[in-house]
Amino acid sequence: MADKVLMKGNEAIAEAAIIAGCRHYFGYPITPQTEVAAYMAKKMPKIGGVFLQAESEIAAINMVYGVSSAGKRVMTSSSSPGISLKGEGLSYLAGSDLPALVVNVQRGGPGLGGIQPSQSDYFQATRGGGHGDYHMIVLAPASVQEMAELTVKGFELADKYRMTSMILADGTMGQMMEPVSLDFDVAPAPEKPWATTGTKMQREHNIVNSLSLVPEELEQLNFERYKRYKIVEENETRYEEYMVDDADIVIAAFGIAARVSKNAVNEARAQGIKAGLIRPITLWPFPKAPFKKAATHAKAMISVELSMGQMIEDVQLATECRVPVTLCNRAGGMIPSPEQVLEAIKEADKNGGAK
Amino acid sequence: MAVVFDKPHALIDVPLHYCPGCTHGIVHRLVAEVIDELGIEGRTIGIAPVGCSVMAYNYFNCDMIEAAHGRAPAVATGVKRADPENNIVFTYQGDGDLASIGMAETVHAAARNENITIIFINNAIYGMTGGQMAPTSLPGQVTQTSPYGRDPKLCGYPIKVCEMLSELEGPEYLERVTVNSVPHIRAAKKAIKKAFQNQLDGKGFSLIEVVSSCPTNWGMTPQAALQWIEDKMLPYYPLGVYKDRSAEKEAE
Amino acid sequence: MSARNYLFSGFGGQGILFIGKFLAYKGLIEDKQVSWLPSYGPEMRGGTASCSVIVSDEPVGSPIVSNPDVLIAMNLPSLDRFEDKVVPGGVIFADSTLIERKVKRDDVTVYYIPATALASENKMPTLANMIIGGKILKVFNEFDEQSVRNALGKVISAKHADMLEVNLKAMQIGADYE
Repeated sequence: MADKVLMKGNEAIAEAAIIAGCRHYFGYPITPQTEVAAYMAKKMPKIGGVFLQAESEIAAINMVYGVSSAGKRVMTSSSSPGISLKGEGLSYLAGSDLPALVVNVQRGGPGLGGIQPSQSDYFQATRGGGHGDYHMIVLAPASVQEMAELTVKGFELADKYRMTSMILADGTMGQMMEPVSLDFDVAPAPEKPWATTGTKMQREHNIVNSLSLVPEELEQLNFERYKRYKIVEENETRYEEYMVDDADIVIAAFGIAARVSKNAVNEARAQGIKAGLIRPITLWPFPKAPFKKAATHAKAMISVELSMGQMIEDVQLATECRVPVTLCNRAGGMIPSPEQVLEAIKEADKNGGAK
Repeated sequence: MAVVFDKPHALIDVPLHYCPGCTHGIVHRLVAEVIDELGIEGRTIGIAPVGCSVMAYNYFNCDMIEAAHGRAPAVATGVKRADPENNIVFTYQGDGDLASIGMAETVHAAARNENITIIFINNAIYGMTGGQMAPTSLPGQVTQTSPYGRDPKLCGYPIKVCEMLSELEGPEYLERVTVNSVPHIRAAKKAIKKAFQNQLDGKGFSLIEVVSSCPTNWGMTPQAALQWIEDKMLPYYPLGVYKDRSAEKEAE
Repeated sequence: MSARNYLFSGFGGQGILFIGKFLAYKGLIEDKQVSWLPSYGPEMRGGTASCSVIVSDEPVGSPIVSNPDVLIAMNLPSLDRFEDKVVPGGVIFADSTLIERKVKRDDVTVYYIPATALASENKMPTLANMIIGGKILKVFNEFDEQSVRNALGKVISAKHADMLEVNLKAMQIGADYE
């Protein structure tokens, strides 16, 4: 325990990024993620790194685009409205196959919305966030420890697959403090022969680019990219199962919703209901296999979300609608209580597959 | 035999896609000549915009990045800060890119005195999309989206970028040049070279506004277009140095 | 104890988040599982501040404390808002300098501590929070001086290290208050 410190989730992200070798951070203030920027502002100058408060989220993501083009680990962070502004840059990063880490500490929307925790950017994150055919690797931490671990993992995966990794957290994850151990093995960044680091007059010029005006060629680029995505789906899907093996009622929840749900599962078990929890850690690629498997014995599933119901669609797809999937949710910055989830479990247990 | 004319090394020997009479070719060449003369091709990274020069990455021999519309100064900021000792970074942007959709990025890079070089092509029109009104289109100028002439009452006045930026403390060097005659081209090259030299000297943000022509979308012959620069553009966009902080300091 | 859920509430500036953080750190030092979750937003700028702290032998599930085992109310609005949320058999600590009324429930244990007055009498006006903190530790029989020192060492920044003794003193005053 001696090596553990209490840290806010936002600070854990920042420190883990530094440990992962990130020396360039660009951001714009927005609640509830501003601690990431504040931490970087304090630390980066002391370790020869760059912290720059950009004029906008749009500028910040494009500064990320520049550093990534130059071959270095780089990140930005924001919260929901700011991520929408970054949408353009996310698409360009994907189109140019550039690695980057982007953090979204979600708040309630749409529009300016509120500042309290939310998971309502699930569609935006898992479907790409900007225009065009592409994906990001979307990582959903459920503890401060995971905020740190998935940040490191996010950089590694981004470099490995030349993709954007997004940490999809929420206000509670960003603001809460928990013990965290920052003792990581970090995979060094791979060689990046494609980077625009100057030709040194020793090679052909490199071009970082997302423009391709010949449709046959652009189609091919998309095909190639999706072959890479397929490998990511096969190798990088992550999830946690909790008492799923014999479960009649299986909950799907990520992040803070999974923690609330775990309390409810424990209480349901104490009351004799066989409940379990599947917690996706990667939201893209979505862990279809455990849901498909659980659908062979569960009589119902419940998607617990801080949104009007977004992940539920992926659960339904993964289970191929073999079991009824209901929604247990709060929205707009509200968080479902363990009692609310327990009620949903009881309801599902009573109704079984009849609903 | 003495070679009296050759293509600069920094310019790749491929046909450019620009329209006949377009001045982009001249400015490309000037930039490439400067890169050659300063011996910086191997450490230069250029940022292409969205607009007619979007494919500039196919023409410059140095490493190139294609940026989102208007974001070149932000991308350049990232590239420069990734390796400030080595990287020489320039952006090449048109008026829509730099002065409309990317105005915030332009102003803030200037305010930060970001140590980059910006080549700003002002031809008072959106060329790539077929001749719409630009932020620098002149009052009364007929374009596809101002078919009755630009009416300042409806859509405001053209933006004088050099004048505007010169009010900022940040930028090191701002000059407006043109390429409608041989003497003007010579002066333009001198300005572009200074803008790169400033970066090498660590002096900071240098922007060269090049008043350019677009015969195709102006609906003129190349010759008439060069004359139109002289007669219409230059009175509104006077040539000259709008800021030279080092010179100002020396003068003090 | 398997898990204890605390809810601290008061005005911004009363050190609500700080005392919560202290208890979380003390739990961490004692090898407990802990979480600390603040309210955030405009209330940070002078309105109501609150934070949830869980200290547990088991991994912490939800970090949100809606029904506290222990409520620390440092002003009247906090007591009004959260009194009914406390679990039956729970404990309420109230700063009786700022809360003139009594707790209405009879299924909870209540400790009234005139913390703000004690703090001001002892010339430590900003430490009412720590006075209540001392009382909490005393009530739960967890006032171990070394452990308290260690935890204070974690939550007081190096810049303010000279504040450690006065914090400890404040906690002692709270612990000794009957």
